[in-house]
Amino acid sequence: MNNLLEVRKVRCQYDDTTVVESVSFELREGTLACLLGPSGCGKSTILRAIAGFHPLKSGEIVLDGEAISTPEYILKPEQRQLGMVFQDHALFPHLSVFDNVAAGLHGLPAKAKKALVHSMLERVRLNGKEHRFPHELSGGQQQRIALARALAPRPRLLLMDEPFSNLDVELRETLGVEVRDLLRDSGTTCLMVTHDQQDAFTFSDKVGVMNDGGIEQWDSAYALYHEPASRFVADFIGQGVFLDGRVKEGGIVETELATLRGKAPRGCKPGCPVKVLVRPDDVVHSDESAMTARIVSRNFRGSSYLYTLELESGTKILSMVHSHHNHALGEQLGIELELDHLVVFANESRVS
Amino acid sequence: MTERGAAIPAAPLRKPRFRVDLWQLGSSVFAALALLPVLAILWLALFPEENIWPHLISTSLPGYIQSTLILMLGVGVSVFLTGVSTAWLVTHYEFPLRRQFEWMLLLPLAIPAYVIAYMYTDLLEFAGPIQRSLRGVFGWELARDYWFPNIRSMGGGILMMGLVLYPYVYLLARAAFLEQSPNQFEASRLLGNSQFKSFLKVSLPIARPAIVVGVALALMETLNDFGTIDFFAIKTLTAGLYDVWLGMGNLGGAAQVATTMLTFVILLLSLEYFGRRRQRFYQSGQRFKEKVRIRLPGKQPWWLTIFCAIPVIAGFIVPVGLLINLAIIYFDVSWTSEFRYYALNSLMLSSIAAVVTILIAMLIAYTRRLHAHSRKMLIVSRVASLGYAVPGAVLAVGVIIPFAAWDNWVDSLAREWFGYSTGLILSGTIFAVIFAYVVRFLAVSIGSIESSLSKVSESMDMAARTLGYSRRQVLTRFHLPLIKGGILTAGMVVFVDSMKELPATLILRPFNFETLATHVYQFASDELIGESALGSLFIVLAGLVPVIFLSRTISRSNLVRPTRPRD
Repeated sequence: MNNLLEVRKVRCQYDDTTVVESVSFELREGTLACLLGPSGCGKSTILRAIAGFHPLKSGEIVLDGEAISTPEYILKPEQRQLGMVFQDHALFPHLSVFDNVAAGLHGLPAKAKKALVHSMLERVRLNGKEHRFPHELSGGQQQRIALARALAPRPRLLLMDEPFSNLDVELRETLGVEVRDLLRDSGTTCLMVTHDQQDAFTFSDKVGVMNDGGIEQWDSAYALYHEPASRFVADFIGQGVFLDGRVKEGGIVETELATLRGKAPRGCKPGCPVKVLVRPDDVVHSDESAMTARIVSRNFRGSSYLYTLELESGTKILSMVHSHHNHALGEQLGIELELDHLVVFANESRVS
Repeated sequence: MTERGAAIPAAPLRKPRFRVDLWQLGSSVFAALALLPVLAILWLALFPEENIWPHLISTSLPGYIQSTLILMLGVGVSVFLTGVSTAWLVTHYEFPLRRQFEWMLLLPLAIPAYVIAYMYTDLLEFAGPIQRSLRGVFGWELARDYWFPNIRSMGGGILMMGLVLYPYVYLLARAAFLEQSPNQFEASRLLGNSQFKSFLKVSLPIARPAIVVGVALALMETLNDFGTIDFFAIKTLTAGLYDVWLGMGNLGGAAQVATTMLTFVILLLSLEYFGRRRQRFYQSGQRFKEKVRIRLPGKQPWWLTIFCAIPVIAGFIVPVGLLINLAIIYFDVSWTSEFRYYALNSLMLSSIAAVVTILIAMLIAYTRRLHAHSRKMLIVSRVASLGYAVPGAVLAVGVIIPFAAWDNWVDSLAREWFGYSTGLILSGTIFAVIFAYVVRFLAVSIGSIESSLSKVSESMDMAARTLGYSRRQVLTRFHLPLIKGGILTAGMVVFVDSMKELPATLILRPFNFETLATHVYQFASDELIGESALGSLFIVLAGLVPVIFLSRTISRSNLVRPTRPRD
């Protein structure tokens, strides 16, 4: 299969400030992808550039084999056949639901238009609301209308800018799943932008983690969590702490918790200091364990406790423990380290 | 992240982007046109055909400047005192009719200064009802038998303009006071300051930027006025400009006086600019709904009612009452076919000006939205908005200079090539009048439309574009229905302001062409105030429309505020 979208070494600026620096990625047809990053990392600018709202300083954006954005040329947004969904839904407040969904259907006979709008509304489970106005609908309903509106003209690519950020937590997850299934069923290719990793993980096959105008890692959610390629990704995705370690002969890394076997960072000679990523689910509670740590704070999460533990050296680590294991502050908790993926970074520099 | 570098064949390129953005080009052209009068004045003032600077400086100019300064100082103090005190009372005290006064205090805004000047002159002059009855009561016969203040004086001018211009200060100060957190004031009280001291030390300084803007706007109107100072024979710079241009026919000299006025304008503009910049830090834009108002004991609140009633009665009720009375008495002499013709002229000029202004303002405001991050478009929009600060007389001279030059050029070409004189094409036609109106009132429209547009989320534009609509279609199909209100308001304000406009109309109108405003001016100059009353009444009625709109927004915001019994 060919790449539907190719973003090649794109650089974007606002006035003289570079907000996107040499970003490249590709989307195959039918992929659900996501750009994830903190606010101000340039992710929305990339989306705007793909939609044709932001010029490129260098690089190019290729859709279906056609260069739609280069520093010299910008195909007008209205000619790109893309769909777009926004955080604030951006429904046309003066148009009914029917007219909103029909807004992108140009030159279609009235009958076909009506049928298409009805089938779109059915797919987002809002049939019967044709004559309502946007302000009469709830936030989740508005977002589903916005989705129906964007999908009705059968866009080549769907772009979503923080589509779930305005919704409350519960709705956010159910709608995320719903939208994902709907897009999969219709084989739509979609690129979403979000700062929320839960949104990103629920939704996407591929996630690009962005920082400071560049993509740090373009990978599956699983890989981002368990095999982060940089300190930033490791920090940004999930929770965890970095333990000081030292590389020994034969690819062994020694930390104060355990001696671990795995790949040492390239270029690391025995004896060099490293940081080892320890996730809360890597630290497993075991009453029999000889190794203990003092509980300094605990955070009840329903199905689990997140304990903050202090080792003898004063280093703090996090541990995710079943919520029946109710231990008091100050207690010594028996722990074992179960690291399936050894993630080690040389001090400061970024290696994998 | 995949990078295959040179292995990828370059994707097929479409035709290069059409570099000229017609929206930006159009906006820039109109902004340049709006700037043209000011540039023309500066040009002619610096390179006049006949240099009368030395003559001006040695004779009349110092006097013009002195009167202008005195007038502005007087009006400034007057609008400051009236506007701030009334705004403070209606926001911080509870008294009978307070809610009515909140909007009634705006009413004088509907009356042009020259109309109120005519009315008070009619009331207070030697032959007027007051002096007549005084003479009747005391048996005086001649003017030298008693002392009575002459309304047609500098003091009278200050009083008249203060009465109709204070609402600018009132409006902005009131909004600033409402946005102040009651906690700031209470904190000051707890620190041991009295009510009045807290007002001086806390509330007034916080509202200062807004008040500065209000005073600056009122002074721009003062500088703009011609009708009042002409009638009262106050020799300000505006009067000087008319003397030099209409009396001496010296365009270069007029441009030089106009340049002097422009320095005042720049002063006022910077005052306004600094005020607005500070406003952003001092004012939160948030209203504190639960404003607890102070209720004075006993009958004292009635004193506040009386205090607030004074500017409303003096600035609106008395002059409008006189106006209606005179209009009825003189109806038969006034309601002539000529009068209806003048009214039609006013209607036509104002409507055309309103429509043209709105179209240009929409172009500029929307282009600015299309280029939200462009500093160039910000400058374009600011330049296009400069006209509101330029006094009408100055603007008129600035319009004449390039228009006359163009007419002469075309005329000489036509005579040279075809042996035929084209005469006046632009200058001395209603085109010149409308051009001046548009330049002068473009700012209000751009402001109003920009603020309506800013309420529409930017993502709506993007959604519409990705759904296949061009930039023009986004404007006509999606923005227009949403910003109708703002456009109507802008059009209404331009219409009414054009209707009232006197100084530029007087200079630019075609020979023998009269509007209601010039007709009223002409008759009043001939001491026919009664005969001019009907025209004035029409102008005031038109002026009332936007004021009523404004009042309604104010009284509606009152309804929203919860009214709990407080004691």
